[in-house]
Amino acid sequence: MKVKLLSRNPDDYVRETKLDIQRVPRNYDPTLHPFEVSREYTRALNATKLERVFAKPFLASLDGHRDGVNCMAKHTKSLSTLFSGSCDGEVKVWDLTKHECVRTLQAHEGFVRGMVVRYCGTSFFTVGDDKTIKQWKMEAPGYGEEEEPLNTILGKTVFTGLDHHQKEGVFATCGQQVDIWDEQRSSPVRSFTWGVDSFSSVRFNPVETELLASCASDRSIVLYDMRESAPLKKVIMTMRSNTLCWNPMEAYYFTCSNEDYNLYTYDMRHLDRPITVHMDHVSAVLDLDYSPTGKEFVSASFDKTIRIFPKDGGHSREVYHTKRMQHVICIKWSADNKYILSGSDEMNIRLWKANAAEKLGVLSPREREATNYSQKLKEKFQHHPQIRRIAHHRHLPKNIYHQTKELRIMKEARRRKERNVRKHSRPGAVPVVSEKEKHIVTVLK
Amino acid sequence: MASPGEATVSVSHVGKKLPPARYWQETQEKEKDENKVGEGGGRTEEALQQAEQKTQKTKKRKQDQTQIDGKKFISGKSDPFPGPAPIPEDRMQKFKRKDKTKKHRRQHYKLKDMIARSEEASEMAQKQSARFDLLLPEDAGFLEGDEDEDTCTISQEDIADVVDITSGAKYFNLKLSQFGPYRVDYSKTGRHLLLGGRRGHVACVDWQSKQLLCEINVMESINDVKWLHSEAMYAVAQKKWLHIYDSNGIELHCIRKFNDVLRMQFLPYHFLLATASATSFLQYLDVSVGKEVAAICTKTGRLDVMCQNPHNAIIHLGHPNGTVTLWSPNQKEALAKMLCHQGGVRSVTVDKTGTYMVTSGMDKKLKLYDIRAFKPLKSFFLPAGASCLSLSQRGLLSAATGDIVQVYKDVWSTPVTKPYMAHRAQGTVWGLHFCPFEDVLGVGHGDGFTSMLVPGAGEPNFDGLDANPYRSARQRQEWEVKALLEKIQPELITLDPNELGQVDHATFQQRHQDRVQALGFDPLAKEKFIPKFKKKGRSSAGSVERRKKQVAHEDQRDIIRKTVEDKMKMEKEREEREKKKAVLSSSRSALDRFKK
Repeated sequence: MKVKLLSRNPDDYVRETKLDIQRVPRNYDPTLHPFEVSREYTRALNATKLERVFAKPFLASLDGHRDGVNCMAKHTKSLSTLFSGSCDGEVKVWDLTKHECVRTLQAHEGFVRGMVVRYCGTSFFTVGDDKTIKQWKMEAPGYGEEEEPLNTILGKTVFTGLDHHQKEGVFATCGQQVDIWDEQRSSPVRSFTWGVDSFSSVRFNPVETELLASCASDRSIVLYDMRESAPLKKVIMTMRSNTLCWNPMEAYYFTCSNEDYNLYTYDMRHLDRPITVHMDHVSAVLDLDYSPTGKEFVSASFDKTIRIFPKDGGHSREVYHTKRMQHVICIKWSADNKYILSGSDEMNIRLWKANAAEKLGVLSPREREATNYSQKLKEKFQHHPQIRRIAHHRHLPKNIYHQTKELRIMKEARRRKERNVRKHSRPGAVPVVSEKEKHIVTVLK
Repeated sequence: MASPGEATVSVSHVGKKLPPARYWQETQEKEKDENKVGEGGGRTEEALQQAEQKTQKTKKRKQDQTQIDGKKFISGKSDPFPGPAPIPEDRMQKFKRKDKTKKHRRQHYKLKDMIARSEEASEMAQKQSARFDLLLPEDAGFLEGDEDEDTCTISQEDIADVVDITSGAKYFNLKLSQFGPYRVDYSKTGRHLLLGGRRGHVACVDWQSKQLLCEINVMESINDVKWLHSEAMYAVAQKKWLHIYDSNGIELHCIRKFNDVLRMQFLPYHFLLATASATSFLQYLDVSVGKEVAAICTKTGRLDVMCQNPHNAIIHLGHPNGTVTLWSPNQKEALAKMLCHQGGVRSVTVDKTGTYMVTSGMDKKLKLYDIRAFKPLKSFFLPAGASCLSLSQRGLLSAATGDIVQVYKDVWSTPVTKPYMAHRAQGTVWGLHFCPFEDVLGVGHGDGFTSMLVPGAGEPNFDGLDANPYRSARQRQEWEVKALLEKIQPELITLDPNELGQVDHATFQQRHQDRVQALGFDPLAKEKFIPKFKKKGRSSAGSVERRKKQVAHEDQRDIIRKTVEDKMKMEKEREEREKKKAVLSSSRSALDRFKK
């Protein structure tokens, strides 16, 4: 007779001393783990609920401006520095870690229209309603010294926007026309016009550094090559675009914020049809900024909300609002991809988390593992109706909620009407025009 | 690569040109090849890799060779076992979750990418867990007789003498003749034993250290006892109501909604206590919140035969008319009814993979069913019929006939002639339960309780996060919190537990239809193909037209391909059927002589 019975030595399964961690022998045999899918689903559901519980995006409000915040700029080298310009011509420099203002200067008379930090981070430029471009030193003046600009350029017309070249001492302004300036000279190197009276924003391409794009008040977006004397091409839309931003990772894409409550992502090479139409705002979109990863962007709107969109998604994944925040004029996504900064009408700059439920600070390895696991689970089960409902639910202010509903009804009515027209006319006489094509008037080259 | 059949063909038509290869021929060849390898048995992954490599392009092969050459040592020797260590195929099979998804021809490139990536990840997980299997510390027990010695003649005392002291101490008898017969239940970790005597005696024991946790007499008749999720609480079905006690014997609840309960089952992942009563009610109690989840009137009389399917949490009930019915808390009707026996059903049990069901009936038969297909597999005749059945974690079947407990091995794979083990208890057997993670079978009978040694019954390696017999109080607390957080809702109990992970095509189609109706056009419809303008004189009207046609015919080709494949399949099936028929017809039956 040969016999073997299961006989375990408890010493192999119990920790030796109380100072050790507990032993957890594993066996991954699927038959020992029944209901895999249902248990994972339950975990995913719990993770989704917890995410909503922990979603507290608002971090701090930076107050100190005496008028609405009109423009902001990120420091190119320092994560914790932020520049903001207000409607009374004041510029403030903020230390974000301490949530306090470190420097204040009266830069312009009237609005500060645009602001940009030089690529090396040693100085910054401002333009204002007083038709001047000013260059300022990064360091605050010493005790007793007066705040003086390094350089002042007097222009002929009002400037509305400003951007700096990525690598060279060249910057661009916009106003009545788009001007390219050399830092050493007091008159523009080049000026572009294409039969329009004013531009609202100009941005350099971050990768193809000689390319620029600008939004004009004749509802067009114009592309330029700095090396050429004439603009490249333009697309005219049904409504005016306010600002535009290039995708920092795939720099042939740019997104523009439009007056018709939508944002449009274009491929620079094919302007005849936007890649994606981002809908959800219920009022004009005033500003946007891409995350440094290029996966998402954040938009600020006149409807007093901030929304975060995935770069290829038609609807926002997140909406931020507070009771006190008024029309959001400018928005920035911090360079470490963690925070969002919004400047609004009621003189405050607000600091938000880019990921509402994220835990700030150092995570222990086990904590990080758990968050990664729950993130994966949420992804895996995101299309299940229950989980989807919880993940997508957002509380909205009453007026925005009702406005959204109203817009939906209007859209539905329009669609119904179109459908009926199509039904009662000759086949092919009323073609189906997709949402993407609807908002394009023409493309000019 | 070529199959032998094809080789002969090519020999016979030496002069002739071979017909062009067709895609369906190729697939057939592949299938054959796979079969061949499969027949060889013990197919390792290396063999698979080799087969894959063969099909790959020569170019790639060349690259691989150069790589291997490059790895040579300076001394001139090369690695005798290049590449990762092979994993046995059966071990890979053990961790296989699902088949690879079939590639659609014109899938979206993003979707294709996503599927490829997730499949890669799951394959890696499968490989890793298969490799981890090597590191498992314990091996299963076994019992082998000498030459011409039946294992069933070996007595328990002999086994207990031979094995080591701790294992030998696992064979013991409790003589409790006063309050018997006894019902038995082991806790999920296998550490704790619960005994419930017919005449009111309840005892919980840490049976390995022989420590008595509590002992009470409820002064009422007891029909069944069951541990709840941990060893801190247990339920007792008493004469009238259902009572819940804690491990100190203090009555926590008396649940008056549950009356005349005869049998109970606890679903550990759902925290549901399912009870079957004499008034033919099947009730579910959520023990985490204390709510009755469902009460189903089965309308089939007294319910004293009950078991659960551990794979999908479906409750099986046996009835006096010979049927076994399957129940979930979500439906007032039975999910399935099976006529299993000619007399009443005496006992039912389901194995842990949810594949097999074993029933015994008043017709003295023991029957095996494939519960996934609801098909009978085998039927045995037991002279006295089995009153209690129990299946162990490793698939040993124990059946109690009167006062004899028989244990059978490999019931579903081999023909059974005699039991693996047998033991005579002191009284009529009332309850049987294999202890999880131990080679022990608990037998409750009229004269007390016997703990029987059954080598090879228990799963040797437990999972510490699921059921850890050696867990400390702290670990138990943590486990309890996690388990409660992961409690599966009773709505998710279905016949197929993986249904939640599958794509709901029906709903998608319905929603798509609604959308089409609302929009007035199909947003997912394929756009009309407009050929791109090609430069350098290639865009003549003729070539553009040709390109258009090519695309237009693609759909047709798909359809043709499908019909051809279907035809081939049908033909193959027909051939097989004919072959079978021929085999059957060769063995003539008694009725064949009436045929012309």
